[in-house]
Amino acid sequence: MTDQTANGPMLAADGTPLKQSLNRALRRQKLRAFLLIAPLLIFVLVTFIAPIGDMLFRSVQNDIVADTLPRTVAALSKWNAESGAPPEEPVYRALASDLLIAVAEKTHTQLGTRLNYEDSGFSSLLRGTGRDVDDMGEDVTKALVAIDPIWDEPTTWTNLLGEPAWVSAQADWDKAGGKTAEPPFVLSPVAQQNLPLTSAAFADFARVMQTVKNDSPTEKRPWNTVAIGLTEDLKANPAAAGAFGTEWQPALSAIVAAAQMGTIPAANFTAAFTESDKAWATPQPWSIIKIFSPRFTSGYFLNAVDLKMTADGIAPRADSERVYIMLFLRTMILSLAITGTCILLGYPVAWLLANLPPRTANLLMILVLLPFWTSLLVRTSAWKVLLQQQGVINDLLVWAGLVADENRLVLINNQTGTIIAMTHILLPFMILPLYSVMKTIPPSYLRAAKSLGATDWTAFWRVYFPQSIPGIGAGSILVFILAIGYYITPELVGGAKGVFISNRIAYHIGTSLNWGLAAALGSLLLIVVLVLYWVYDRIVGIDNVKLG
Amino acid sequence: MADGAMTNDAFVVFDRVQKSYDGVTLVVKDLNLSLPKGEFLTMLGPSGSGKTTCLMMLAGFETATHGEIRLNGRNINTVSPHKRGIGMVFQNYALFPHMTVAENLAFPLEVRKLDKSTRDQKVKRALDMVQMGAFAGRRPSQLSGGQQQRVALARALVFEPELVLMDEPLGALDKQLREHMQFEITRLAHELGITTVYVTHDQTEALTMSDRVAVFNDGRIQQLAPPSELYEAPVNSFVAQFIGENNRLMGTVTEMKDGICVVRLDSGDFIDAKPVNVSKVGDRTQVSIRPERVETNKARLSPGAHTLKAEVLEFIYMGDIFRTRLKVAGHDDFVIKTRNAPDQVRHQPGQTIEIGWLPEDCRALDAP
Ligand SMILES: Nc1ncnc2c1ncn2[C@@H]1O[C@H](COP(=O)(O)OP(=O)(O)O)[C@@H](O)[C@H]1O
Ligand SMILES: [Mg+2]
Repeated sequence: MTDQTANGPMLAADGTPLKQSLNRALRRQKLRAFLLIAPLLIFVLVTFIAPIGDMLFRSVQNDIVADTLPRTVAALSKWNAESGAPPEEPVYRALASDLLIAVAEKTHTQLGTRLNYEDSGFSSLLRGTGRDVDDMGEDVTKALVAIDPIWDEPTTWTNLLGEPAWVSAQADWDKAGGKTAEPPFVLSPVAQQNLPLTSAAFADFARVMQTVKNDSPTEKRPWNTVAIGLTEDLKANPAAAGAFGTEWQPALSAIVAAAQMGTIPAANFTAAFTESDKAWATPQPWSIIKIFSPRFTSGYFLNAVDLKMTADGIAPRADSERVYIMLFLRTMILSLAITGTCILLGYPVAWLLANLPPRTANLLMILVLLPFWTSLLVRTSAWKVLLQQQGVINDLLVWAGLVADENRLVLINNQTGTIIAMTHILLPFMILPLYSVMKTIPPSYLRAAKSLGATDWTAFWRVYFPQSIPGIGAGSILVFILAIGYYITPELVGGAKGVFISNRIAYHIGTSLNWGLAAALGSLLLIVVLVLYWVYDRIVGIDNVKLG
Repeated sequence: MADGAMTNDAFVVFDRVQKSYDGVTLVVKDLNLSLPKGEFLTMLGPSGSGKTTCLMMLAGFETATHGEIRLNGRNINTVSPHKRGIGMVFQNYALFPHMTVAENLAFPLEVRKLDKSTRDQKVKRALDMVQMGAFAGRRPSQLSGGQQQRVALARALVFEPELVLMDEPLGALDKQLREHMQFEITRLAHELGITTVYVTHDQTEALTMSDRVAVFNDGRIQQLAPPSELYEAPVNSFVAQFIGENNRLMGTVTEMKDGICVVRLDSGDFIDAKPVNVSKVGDRTQVSIRPERVETNKARLSPGAHTLKAEVLEFIYMGDIFRTRLKVAGHDDFVIKTRNAPDQVRHQPGQTIEIGWLPEDCRALDAP
């Protein structure tokens, strides 16, 4: 019971405002409805929305360059790819530092695979240089050892650069037999302050030793970059030689003196890289690294439409590499053809179904649904048997004298095969929506049209057909969208000329392992479908589609 | 039974027409019917009696299994529906949902290849005729049932057919609208001088609209007559029972003379009746008498007329009339209707009264 107070809101029987108690009741209803659909919602989110999101993300994701070559990417930011000249020495040194780590972590091969998509040859370039990078700058280390053999001792480096507390902890750990994990290396603040280049290089070395190689920095002589760092640190700041106490002063001062006299050779990574592979002397590999250094890339999408990114912007790919636009077009055209044949073949069947007496219609319906009861593979294989040149259909045509024995029709492993087999497979998806729409068109419309003077054809075309269009629309959407993403049948009967874009996607997922490109192709397919859906909605109107 | 089918001025003729759908049962058995130009004929009968089938045969959507259907003297058995030029109104109107009202009306003109200006003119005239001129641009789904009905009527008339068929066109309308449309349809039919075959199962509709009514039952025309004759002089017990309210008493003929017979009811009472479907003494009969023709005032009956004792069971006040239910000769569903006049007696339940009638109001029909 409700009540209208003088000029307040309507009140429910218990005195709360009516609106509020209505909302409460509705909220409870909504919650219950939500609980009912929650399992399905979760299922759809987990199995459908999430993978699609992941796919969309993968198609633009490009962390590997920035993650594997962070120093190189930073150093390259100042380099201008259009200059036509290779970058300066610091970039080479940065790449050497990155590669030392990447080689130890074995990530340089993954990077090579990734960049190989953009520039074939990158994979072998990185692998080759990866083998040489350990020896680059070897002469600097040798020169230090010549000045004082202590530099050949790994412990010299750990004692000089390590935090004293870490040095003693490491010694205790060593004495205990090294059963547990070695304490992680810690730089001493003094070293960090006075020998910045050395410290940075050694910290990387120690980390890689301990975490990747499962070895101790006290057991291996450090990378050449550490020796190079030490030489340059001391040259730039001779006072640093006195910062480590008296026991280090002679050894460090000797290096200072040698550096000032010029007896220690300057590190030249440019030369070392060029020696490893002449490609490094050209801007080409550097511009590839620079172009694909951002964490998100349009490269996969450009690739999916036969374009590529170059230093001069976006450019078409070489003719031999252009496949995807053609495949997309072929997929569309063949899907349209399949949709068309499905309409032509399905319309009369649906009409019969809707107009025959129920008993006969049921029998016919079973025939229509029969294909659903056999496996897709079986059906497609059956088409192989039927369509091949020595197959049943050709035999029949030859027997009937319609085709000469020496030029039997090529019906399989080409587009004809794909169209025939897929029309057969998708036909029920056209017939069922058509049938359900036609079933709702009363026969009295046709009678009315005829009584008004229309011939059978006019009555059909002007009165019946327009009313069956929603069924054609629904069937066409279904068939076209199913066809555009079809995979097995084109794979089996399509040959080289009759495959679809999805076969290429499957290839990239299963064989070439270029998931980014597969994701980009898949995303494009999704976009195409959505665009078509939108166009369809504008022209026909989704409200007019009846599926049952 | 139906009258002769061979008259010269007959516009529509069914000549010994039979129809079977399944080859086992006849849905229409020996139909003979002829109607002159301009007549409004109604086919009335219970559901399943074959009315629609007859209409569909006339329109050309069903073929007669046997016999001949003639239109304007021409056998049309093999003429296809679109060449017959018969206007038709369907029960569910069958307005084309994807066309506007105007397009629906223009359709028959278009297929007749009339030019646009003539079309527009005729469409407008037809719409104005049913007072739907303002709705030309609407879709059928945007119209009410009554409006759709008018459009369907206009569409059936717009190409000026000489014969219009209507299959229960008012079945879906509410009572008030139905009465209004009954009037409209008859007015139009008479104004335009078209011949109309109208199918209904509603006897009031049939009686108020038609020039003649053909009562169908079991695939046969039971009686073909103007409404008044149908009501007042039914030729058999089916018609008597089907048209209007009717009291039935079963009995046997004991005496026949001077166009009057005496019937001994199963209760033993004797009554006077007019012999219609009885020929000799000893025939079983069902006598039929309309409730408003029963007389309770003995002074108005001829001297010596038979009367019956009746017990009043129920008295219902209905405004213009009184309806009294009686128990007569063992039947407790005997009803009489009396006019609400100042001097009219209002019988009390439990009372016993005496009733009688003029012999010509009581018809001795066949015993079903
Ligand atoms: N298309 C048909 N096929 C088979 N039987 C039919 C068909 N149409 C009508 N009938 C049968 O014919 C009889 C008469 O039907 P109908 O002419 O529609 O009667 P009415 O219109 O008087 O109700 C019914 O028994 C019905 O079942
Ligand atoms: Mg009917």
